[in-house]
Amino acid sequence: MLTLLFDGIAYGMLLFILALGLAVTMGLMNFINLAHGAFAMAGGYILIVLMQRHGWPFLACLPVAFVVTAVAGALLERTLYRPMYGKPHLDQVLFSIGLTFMAVAAVDYLVGSSPQTVQLPGWLRTRFEIGTGHWQLGMGAYRLFIVATCVALALGLQAILGRTRFGSRLRAAVDDPRVAAGLGIPVNRVFLVTFAVGSGLAGLGGALGADILGLDPTFPLKFMVYFLIVCAVGGTSSITGPLVAALVLGIADVMGKYYVPKLGAFIVYVLMIAILLWRPQGLFVRQAGR
Amino acid sequence: MSAGSSSVAARLLAPSRWRAWEIVAWLLIAAAPLLFSQHAPLINEVAIFALFALSLDLILGYAGIVSLGHAAYFGAGAYGAALFAKHVMPDPLVGLAVGTAAGALLGALTSPMIVRGTDLTRLMVTMGIALVLLELANKFDNITGGIDGMQGLVIGPLLGRFDFDLGDHVASIYSLIVLFVAFLIARRIVHSPLGASLQALRDNRLRVSAIGLSVQARLAVVYTLGAALAGAAGALLTQTTGFASLDLFEFHRSADVLLILVVGGVGWLYGGVAGAIVFKLMQDALSSITPQYWTFWIGLFLVVLVLVGRERLVRPWTWLPQRGGRP
Repeated sequence: MLTLLFDGIAYGMLLFILALGLAVTMGLMNFINLAHGAFAMAGGYILIVLMQRHGWPFLACLPVAFVVTAVAGALLERTLYRPMYGKPHLDQVLFSIGLTFMAVAAVDYLVGSSPQTVQLPGWLRTRFEIGTGHWQLGMGAYRLFIVATCVALALGLQAILGRTRFGSRLRAAVDDPRVAAGLGIPVNRVFLVTFAVGSGLAGLGGALGADILGLDPTFPLKFMVYFLIVCAVGGTSSITGPLVAALVLGIADVMGKYYVPKLGAFIVYVLMIAILLWRPQGLFVRQAGR
Repeated sequence: MSAGSSSVAARLLAPSRWRAWEIVAWLLIAAAPLLFSQHAPLINEVAIFALFALSLDLILGYAGIVSLGHAAYFGAGAYGAALFAKHVMPDPLVGLAVGTAAGALLGALTSPMIVRGTDLTRLMVTMGIALVLLELANKFDNITGGIDGMQGLVIGPLLGRFDFDLGDHVASIYSLIVLFVAFLIARRIVHSPLGASLQALRDNRLRVSAIGLSVQARLAVVYTLGAALAGAAGALLTQTTGFASLDLFEFHRSADVLLILVVGGVGWLYGGVAGAIVFKLMQDALSSITPQYWTFWIGLFLVVLVLVGRERLVRPWTWLPQRGGRP
């Protein structure tokens, strides 16, 4: 029971890191980016290739996955994404589905379509157990590592958003891009940096979670729904909303798959539809706003 | 005075009148299964996808609802027809009616969820409906056959006379006839007051409700209608292939039909037909060159289309009213 809860939290934290970039993109530019999962997949594959073909240690691969996907995100933002901001949602959806298809086929071509597994280092394969019986809490070191990393990242991001000049500029730009631009905030540059960091975080999340989530070329399509749920349910105005949504989603998914395996993702989708019907703007929206 | 009002009436009625090129186009389409009888399976598939895209066009092109889960109704119609053929009777026309009804029923049930919310919410809800159905079909595998699907369905002869042959000749003609009938219905609806009000609310929802029209009721009606046509398309696919599987509900089907419609032109009744022809031929050509990676080129095509594509392809709903409306 507690073990499941813990696994759910680890899963939820991963989803949070993966979806955060998407939440900012949607909030800032009102842009529906279905290709976000492609960045996560890229991060995962960078980890796999570096570890398996070049023998890099696991920890060294994580920052590389972050940096490479962040740079890729920045490049794509500059070249492809920027013209799409003012377009209708249908165009954005088509554009990002196209990007996703390309990413899926490209990875299939470059690496192969078989699912990849990560050879975790020994120290991540141990397991701690606390308590006994029904309330026993078993924690895999790997999941513990994920939770610790994600908590650290979340706290760091919260601090950046809340305390720094960049953070206040970003929040201003999310609230009202026009007025922010009028005040002399370089909205485009703020957004470029944010997009890059968001993509990088997705890459890092993909690399971190490659073992839990599983990695094959259809990854972006499989998890696209989950990322969108986190953003749509959590709202895009704060970092707390997506965090709570991701945790709920992670726990619901793990529990659901354990107790009613045949219904699988059914519960999650029904829950999502219900929440969206109840609060179409997401669970955690500020009262003010555009 | 009377001359002026009659010219106004003529101008208003002009878009609903049949043009010469439309008649030629349908004659060509009707001739296709006779001229290219060796490609009958392809023609059959094109007709089914054209019908599917036409149903999406009613929702997206005319009512402005962006849907990423239109496969839900396609699958509902397909499974409806399959189950009916297996357990009740194998007659194709009754099966088609059952499939259509299944799509319409599901559309009517889900339309209250669609009519509210923003684009993002709607996107998520439509996608969620398709996913829920996929999970349900997977769960109740004693009815649907689960991941193996329902194979070897026996469909009776059409009108009690024409057997479905292996070369799909009867199937292709059958699908084309259904497509034509559905097209006539859609054409009638689009040029009716309902269709006009739909286009109006797509362009400006607030004003339509200010005129005193019920936005939500109209959206619900057209959504149900689109769902019914999608159900008919699904039923056709099941009947002509004798096969129904979970794949019917998959996301890529919803994405494909969106792509078909966009390639052909949104908010234009012939968009679905044109898009289905282009898409199927493109898919055929690409998958014969690179069987495994053709999705890459489809994706590239989409990206390029949206980024630098022609103005009318990029923003179809802005040019439609300016050109005085097309059939």
